[in-house]
Amino acid sequence: MDKEKQFRQQVKKIYRFLIIVFAMVGIMTVAGIYLISDPTLSAFKKVETASEYAITPEEDEDKIENGIHIRTGLVDAEGLMMVVNNCTNCHSSKLVIQNRMNKERWIATIRWMQETQNLWDLGGNEEIIVNYLVANYPPKKKGRREILTDIEWYDLQD
Amino acid sequence: MKRRNFVKKAILTSMATVIGADIVFGNWMPKGYQPLAFQDPDPYKMFDKDRGMEVLNDKPWNIEAKAHLLDDKITPNKYMFIRNNGLIPKTIDVKNWTLTIDGESVKQQKTYALADLKSKFPEYTYQLTLECGGNGRSEFDPPAKGNQWTVGAVSCAQWTGVRLRDILEDAGIKDNAVYIGYHASDTHLSGDPKKEPISRGAPMAKALQDETLIAYKMNGEDIPLVHGYPLRLVAGGWPASVSGKWVNRISIRNKVHDGTKMTGTAYRIPCEPVAPDAKVKDEDMCIIESMPVKSLITYPKSGAMIDLGKKLNIRGHAWAGELEVSKMEYSIDFGATWKECPVEKPVNRLAWQHFSASIDFPKRGYYEIWGRATDSKGMSQPMILPGWNPKGYLNNACHRIAIKVL
Repeated sequence: MDKEKQFRQQVKKIYRFLIIVFAMVGIMTVAGIYLISDPTLSAFKKVETASEYAITPEEDEDKIENGIHIRTGLVDAEGLMMVVNNCTNCHSSKLVIQNRMNKERWIATIRWMQETQNLWDLGGNEEIIVNYLVANYPPKKKGRREILTDIEWYDLQD
Repeated sequence: MKRRNFVKKAILTSMATVIGADIVFGNWMPKGYQPLAFQDPDPYKMFDKDRGMEVLNDKPWNIEAKAHLLDDKITPNKYMFIRNNGLIPKTIDVKNWTLTIDGESVKQQKTYALADLKSKFPEYTYQLTLECGGNGRSEFDPPAKGNQWTVGAVSCAQWTGVRLRDILEDAGIKDNAVYIGYHASDTHLSGDPKKEPISRGAPMAKALQDETLIAYKMNGEDIPLVHGYPLRLVAGGWPASVSGKWVNRISIRNKVHDGTKMTGTAYRIPCEPVAPDAKVKDEDMCIIESMPVKSLITYPKSGAMIDLGKKLNIRGHAWAGELEVSKMEYSIDFGATWKECPVEKPVNRLAWQHFSASIDFPKRGYYEIWGRATDSKGMSQPMILPGWNPKGYLNNACHRIAIKVL
């Protein structure tokens, strides 16, 4: 009899021990999964995260500073995003910025790109794009020879 | 969902390791958005260029030197301009790289492995001037479209390879051959695999010159990737676009080569001079061959201030396309008077020549030193812009630097 009682008590002990172990593993698994999906424990923090949310890369990407679209260097003016979306897929915006043309030549350049460079039909957007280019990147008079500018003066030691 | 988060987190962590900094707000990074560090690789590191070089365009890559960076007699890679019409090949399979000679006027189409070229034909080394046809474009009025090169799209490196003539003759040239055209492994900007970004060439007479090489070395080393590794056609004295990079095929044509940028207005000027802003029909545009006479003052850098009574030593290079420079002059009074200065003979045909002078100034003040080269046929550089042309090629106007005497 005693032996049987003793045996039962031992089984109970093992049984309780196993329950504790399983419970602990269970809690750790839940906590672990939570940590993977929210490593900063943001759900436990207060409203302060809202301000961090405001600075999303989505907005960063099209940041304007001093009238310049930072990502491309293009002037911020009416039609900017139309130009960004249609004119910087194949080539760099630097190619637009360094050029100066009148309406006729900007249009001729678009036609050349459509005929030889796989540029798509711009439809009604063409007018917006051309107006933007002519307004912000018009030709500059240079004459037959310009004066030297932006000279960095320095003492020449020989 | 959780799994994706985990993957994203792992990627962010490895990105952070690569960049060497934590990516702040990485959790909110939109799918498909690449951090700037990956969008803008440092071109100076990527192409091993000096930080004084000017990036004109990053898609495609176009980078130019400045006059004072071109002071070396043999241009090192770090000061060599980069001109691309398309995208640089992503991978180069050197082991399996071949050069094929084909076309209407080849007797027998032949394909050579790199090792064949090197073992089969004698090797030659020449120093060759390569200048972009559009070098100086930024000065034209009305402006011409394209990369706005100032003065730095010129170089004179040492090129080593085999003569194109030896290869063409090995394959056999038919009597009706007119032109050669190159084909290469770069990619069109639009990504369209059926389009070639550029496929130009030269008349047979130029192709058969001693100095026209299929090169595999630049300045004694493998050609840098951006300059055409592993094979580049080099045709000194002509617009650098004739010197095709990453060349894998040369066609011997029975007509003027009609590849990309051979036709229309590309690398062409009006056959007859036109007024500024004139409209010129395609059929009235002629292909540019030899580049015109030109020079650069490479020392000192513009902006030097010296004391009255001290001599100013200047130096630079002059070149004349297919021809030789026979005279070099400078002026310190805007062309009112010119003084001749010595110009060395070229180390070989089509290499630039070096000049130097020692200048006295009569009184204090602002000066400009203008350099003017004259070629063996008596043609000189103009002080004002040469004839306007729709695409802004061949600006060989005198180079000048600013000096103050204190």
